[in-house]
Amino acid sequence: MSHVRVLVGTKKGAFILTADGKRQDWNITGPHFAGWEMYHLKGSPADPNRVYASQTSGWFGQVIQRSDDGGQTWNTPDGSVPPTPGEPAQGESNKFVYEGEVGKHLWYDGTPHPWEFKRIWHIEPSLTDPDTAYAGAEDAALFKTTDGGKTWKELPGLRQAKSRLWQPGAGGMAAHTILLDPRNDQRIYVAISAGGCFRTEDGGATWKPITRGLRSLYELPDPEAEVGHCVHRIALHPSRPDVLFMQKHWDIMRSDNAGEQWSEVSGDLPSDFGFPIDVHAHEPETLYVVPITSDSLHYPPEGKLRVYRSRTGGNEWEPLTRGLPQQNCYVNVLRDAMAVDSLEECGIYFGTTGGQVYCSADGGNSWDAIVRDLPAVYSVEVQTLK
Amino acid sequence: MIRVVLPYHLKNLARVDGEVELDVPGPITIGSVLEVLEAEYPVLRGTIRDHGTLRRRPFIRFFACREDLSLEPAGKPLPEAVVNGTEPLLIVGAMAGG
Repeated sequence: MSHVRVLVGTKKGAFILTADGKRQDWNITGPHFAGWEMYHLKGSPADPNRVYASQTSGWFGQVIQRSDDGGQTWNTPDGSVPPTPGEPAQGESNKFVYEGEVGKHLWYDGTPHPWEFKRIWHIEPSLTDPDTAYAGAEDAALFKTTDGGKTWKELPGLRQAKSRLWQPGAGGMAAHTILLDPRNDQRIYVAISAGGCFRTEDGGATWKPITRGLRSLYELPDPEAEVGHCVHRIALHPSRPDVLFMQKHWDIMRSDNAGEQWSEVSGDLPSDFGFPIDVHAHEPETLYVVPITSDSLHYPPEGKLRVYRSRTGGNEWEPLTRGLPQQNCYVNVLRDAMAVDSLEECGIYFGTTGGQVYCSADGGNSWDAIVRDLPAVYSVEVQTLK
Repeated sequence: MIRVVLPYHLKNLARVDGEVELDVPGPITIGSVLEVLEAEYPVLRGTIRDHGTLRRRPFIRFFACREDLSLEPAGKPLPEAVVNGTEPLLIVGAMAGG
């Protein structure tokens, strides 16, 4: 029978939630890496036992962890402790160095400011090779490993896409979304907070901004600005990788031509501010968002936690409330904290800054909290296992 | 042997209990102790001092013999009590928050 493994990154460690296909009885392990900020964990589609994790700390910096047994045991990919006889252990797996001249982006005061590596926000394993993965960094850049995380090398072309005009927002300047096109391994999409949205057609060598149609009048006075849009999250359905959906700082957007042109599909949402957006595993026009009151009030409108679903690819939205708190709820749902499984009845998952992880085993119609009192949830990923 | 006390999270990362004991050749300095420490525990590379620049991370402090040595040059000899193993070198995560 199929089952699911939910990988949860929180402010104080990682947790792994597992259940069978009914998704009613859950086993919870953790905290893994207790006390560390776990920005993201994600499994390899090519080998579900291979899981990468970004472990980070304001004191001790960035560490990459890897599991080869589905999260039961972990090791730094090139820092075996103590060193294994006969194997070099050089401690390079947490080394993220910008290529060439570091370069400068805009600082808050409008002056040029050099790139400074802070942490990895998101790891996106290759769809076909367990040893290949991409990592999105703050300050914004894209790194790639082809040796299972032992070493990481920047794909510097991304920072040549008008990066001198990128400027951090309040949450930092991070490459937080990496989408791989399942039909074309040379095409990758990346989204950057207060940087914009970018696409490569040559495996990461060169990138172009794909922001035509985005309007960010409160953040960017220039309506034609190519970069600087605060893209919070983008998503695609693997069967139609040319169709993109975006939760921008404000606005829900869609593109039907791989980002060449965007149009707004916020429709009748109570607020079009928010962070995550995701697509139903079997219905490419069914979307999920979690409206947040505003950029000044990072909690759900009216204190009611509602996921909104559109079955029409946007514009028409319905609130999903059964099982979710409808009063006195003032949590946020962060950009990487929503995921879907691919069981026959698609499961939807999201985590909150209040430490709840919710699951809907019926496409969003009803919800249950798998766990309620974790640290603030940074990320949620789901593996559907046979 | 040079005794080194790691902060809680780095003990976990390096999978050690208690103090670390290191055989450090030559002049005993913060730099030479960290060289041996990172060679023995490569997972600690980048967590105490930056890759490449080898600069101390901002929220890491070095204490020994009730002195804060964090701002001392990495090549300055450590106190005799550390060299002869009477006292440990403490690697400390700085206080943060309120």
